[in-house]
Amino acid sequence: MRTAVAIFPGSNCDRDMAVAIKKITGKSPLKLWHKDTEAPNLDLIVIPGGFSFGDYLRCGALAARSPIIKNIKNHVSRGGALLGVCNGFQILIEANILPGSLVRNKKLLFTCRETTLEVQDSIQSPFLSSFNTGDCLNIPVAHNEGNYIANNELLKELENNGRIAFKYKKSSEIETDYNPNGSLNDIAGILSKNGRVLGMMPHPERSISSLHGGTDGLKFLTKSIEQIVG
Amino acid sequence: MKKRNLELRDINENEYIAQQESNLDQALGMGLSKDEFELICNKINKIPNQTELGIFSAMFSEHCSYKSSKKWLKTLPTKAEHVIQGPGENAGVIDIGNDQAAVFKIESHNHPSFIEPYQGSATGVGGILRDVFTMGARPIALLNALRFGSINHPLTKHLVSGVVKGIGGYGNCIGIPTVGGETNFNKSYDGNILVNAMAVGLAQKDKIFYSAATGAGNPVIYVGAKTGRDGIHGATMASAEFTESSSEKRPTVQVGDPFTGKLLLEACLELMQTDVVLSIQDMGAAGLTSSSVEMASKGGLGMHLNLDLVPIREEGMTSYEIMLSESQERMLMILKPGSEEAAKLIFNKWDLDFANIGEVTNTGRLVLDKNGFEACNIPINPLVEDAPEYDRPYEILQNKKIIKSDDFQSNQTLNDILIKMFKSPNIASKKWIWEQYDSSVMGDTILCNGKSDAAIVKIHGTETKKSLGKGIAMTTDCTPRYVKSDPIIGGMQAVCEAARNIAASGAKPLAITNNLNFGNPEKINVMGEIVGSIKGISQAASTFNTPIVSGNVSLYNETNGQGILPTPVIGMVGIIDEVESCLGISAGNNNTLIILGQKQNFTEGWLGCSLYQEIIIDDFDGAPPPIDLRTEKQIIETIMTLNNNKLLTGAHDISDGGLLTATCEMLFENRLGLNVNLPKTLLSSNSKDHLLHSWCFGEDQNRIIISTNESDKVVSLLKENLIDYYILGTTNTSSNLNLNELDTISIKEIYNINESTIPSLMDTYKS
Amino acid sequence: MKVEVNISLKEGVLDPEGQAIDNTLRNLGYNNFDNIRTGKQIILNIDETDENEVLKQADKMCQELLVNIVIENYQINIIKDK
Repeated sequence: MRTAVAIFPGSNCDRDMAVAIKKITGKSPLKLWHKDTEAPNLDLIVIPGGFSFGDYLRCGALAARSPIIKNIKNHVSRGGALLGVCNGFQILIEANILPGSLVRNKKLLFTCRETTLEVQDSIQSPFLSSFNTGDCLNIPVAHNEGNYIANNELLKELENNGRIAFKYKKSSEIETDYNPNGSLNDIAGILSKNGRVLGMMPHPERSISSLHGGTDGLKFLTKSIEQIVG
Repeated sequence: MKKRNLELRDINENEYIAQQESNLDQALGMGLSKDEFELICNKINKIPNQTELGIFSAMFSEHCSYKSSKKWLKTLPTKAEHVIQGPGENAGVIDIGNDQAAVFKIESHNHPSFIEPYQGSATGVGGILRDVFTMGARPIALLNALRFGSINHPLTKHLVSGVVKGIGGYGNCIGIPTVGGETNFNKSYDGNILVNAMAVGLAQKDKIFYSAATGAGNPVIYVGAKTGRDGIHGATMASAEFTESSSEKRPTVQVGDPFTGKLLLEACLELMQTDVVLSIQDMGAAGLTSSSVEMASKGGLGMHLNLDLVPIREEGMTSYEIMLSESQERMLMILKPGSEEAAKLIFNKWDLDFANIGEVTNTGRLVLDKNGFEACNIPINPLVEDAPEYDRPYEILQNKKIIKSDDFQSNQTLNDILIKMFKSPNIASKKWIWEQYDSSVMGDTILCNGKSDAAIVKIHGTETKKSLGKGIAMTTDCTPRYVKSDPIIGGMQAVCEAARNIAASGAKPLAITNNLNFGNPEKINVMGEIVGSIKGISQAASTFNTPIVSGNVSLYNETNGQGILPTPVIGMVGIIDEVESCLGISAGNNNTLIILGQKQNFTEGWLGCSLYQEIIIDDFDGAPPPIDLRTEKQIIETIMTLNNNKLLTGAHDISDGGLLTATCEMLFENRLGLNVNLPKTLLSSNSKDHLLHSWCFGEDQNRIIISTNESDKVVSLLKENLIDYYILGTTNTSSNLNLNELDTISIKEIYNINESTIPSLMDTYKS
Repeated sequence: MKVEVNISLKEGVLDPEGQAIDNTLRNLGYNNFDNIRTGKQIILNIDETDENEVLKQADKMCQELLVNIVIENYQINIIKDK
């Protein structure tokens, strides 16, 4: 299993993601620096969360113009698996690897809290094939711009072609505030056409210990990595 | 070296002016007194030019010199076996075992946050983080102690919104979790809020970096962001009283850049992995002035800098402006000679400026060149050694009046009071605030923000086969009402509550950083508050062997002559050997709640200076609850013993709002119920009985409520150790809190009020 | 009447966003520019026909809410319909 974490100036979940991956594979992932123009052959690249380039201009906009992005696109076109978490998701959108936009949370406030994610009926994807439609995972979010929007045409394309990976879900009947950012149709994560690229706002790497944050994130990452290895 | 008889045609006009002789009026304008100006002229044997005068005024400011408080700060206990570095460095350092050290400090950014709440609080967070990573530590947690004016004051919501966004804006972006702190409201802060930020970092014990300059001839390196005209004279502003017009002051606003802060953090820590950094100092208040002077002074050396080499952001900056700028995200370092190129590569990798701006000298003087002329040449010693130290007159006022429950006249039921308690933003859940802070980045946060009395963060990489690892516990505490009524007891109480909170989270209290926020020390009573609370802090800190290792003093917190409540905030750090034994506040079902430190025959609670009193009469009065340090120590040791024996499921100290408020907070998470075991004498009292109220809401100290499912074992251990205790009852799933037949309180209802108070106050406000 | 409010940071106030954009543009190969300053634009339709009154009201809004007058400058322009 060859994994790598891409690091931009201002990334701040790179260590957390590396810890989680090492916990699963026993090996630290390779670190890709944003200025790297060459990358070895990899099975999985993760773009971690953080505030790449300070979130200036638009979240992910400056990172999406970094030299490493060309490599990441090559990796995707070779069929490599790619996971973008939080700011990583924003970068994937700015780099046109995934469609749509992520705009400011509806309440205009940064939000750090637990969320419940429901696995959707999606196309074949290494990230989800170990889960059943309707399975729930408790994974925290922490972001300012996670409100996913898309035009009608795109939304239809995502909904009808199984490209929505996760939606936020009520943890109880009375919960009204279950969607932390006001995203369209409660979307929390989407897939590329071939299912091998996943962008998601919640942070699975923050849910890897029974003592804090639970272990659903660990379960998700473990199953994903197992499937990617094949 | 060129001489000083320069002419206007040699340099630009502003620089020419900066190099001209100053006068008394200018000195007064910079906040110096006539005596201080004369002292300066005397010590340097000349009339200082304006740049030199600016440097003196910054170094002599209250902020840098601690001139009003120094005499008393020296009396604080600062030593213990586990102290590696006490006050005087960028941050305090304590030994936490395994060759690791905890590095921490708290610092105020009160005035800047009032003028520009977002940038003021953001730069407060940035500044305290730099203090910690300057010492070679990776910051692992942030806390902040906030005090705002009355929630109904027209400015308060704007300030809360801005300060919270600013703290989140910096902390979230740089990727350090904000895990704890406190937020309180009182009308005394209407025109002068308090924003105290605390940072805790982790370092290798043998890799601590200090600020004393070494080795004449060694290069002095400037790294980080460029210098602009931000916040010139912030240090003197931080020491000046507020007037109406100061909210117009633009030049004092510094803009925080957490992105550059993050790069600086990574670059510095990367460079510190090598062995080329001899000393390093953050450019905080008074920027290049205080950093260069302090480094040279501590090393007993001098410094010669060429200001033309300082990276600047704006055209035509003068020596005066460069020396006094408070632009953020900058550091000054002394490197081993010959290592500059390798060091520069690291900073270039992180897109940061790196400039060799001069060298260490053995002249004991600060010499600054600008445009080829000498803009400053003064001895270092007088800047530090001769900074004034005042023995200001003081009077410690101690309110001794005892408030009895009979003194109250109101017709409210327990339920009425509880509802008001949780409708008060002082008691209500601060979730609206915490959720705006990233509390889980770095992946090590075990307990934070209201889930426990103190936050617990795991020490990365200490996992063993047996345990999930060690943890650091952190809290900030102060009850300004008590300090106002009796500074000595108030000072003690702040330390006791902090220690109790650390212990109630399952950890052992170790050391303190304090942030002393007061009004104008030239007023005899305010000086009495300072002296009194330092005395109280000292006594309590000595009792618990929790020395003060770092801190900050913020004086002149007054607006138009109105002082704030004296607010000596205690930031305390503790250690927990196995994080899995940490304690939250929430009780489980069928748990027995036992109050440690409460006598069986206790019936009349202490209502003087209580929140109950504030709710009934909208003010506070009388003596604060007394403190018995011996009992407090016993209670703290007892809870640690109980927890080591794995007998506890949770713990919560009794503080603001008293017993019943604390009990509700323990029941909230699981919406549990409890039949409260009332003392016999109160069984027949009705819901409006003030004696019953005092039992429920009195703020008697030295008490912690524990929850356990092994009550027999707990009780026998308490009996064995002669600890006072009172069994409050056993939790059930009814969601009702029953006091006697007359009173049933719905925990669900109180919980909903607790959750909705602050959102409903703040959501109507859009910034 | 439509007005636009252009808000920019005051001269001398650090503009970290501008600096980050500056850096990335240079990494993309652009070098023939200098002194990037960021800002924002707010467009308002004020229900009023008198130009002076519109400017007055917009100015009041700027002072009260739209602009952080501690660190920002602003300029109000009336947008003439085409």
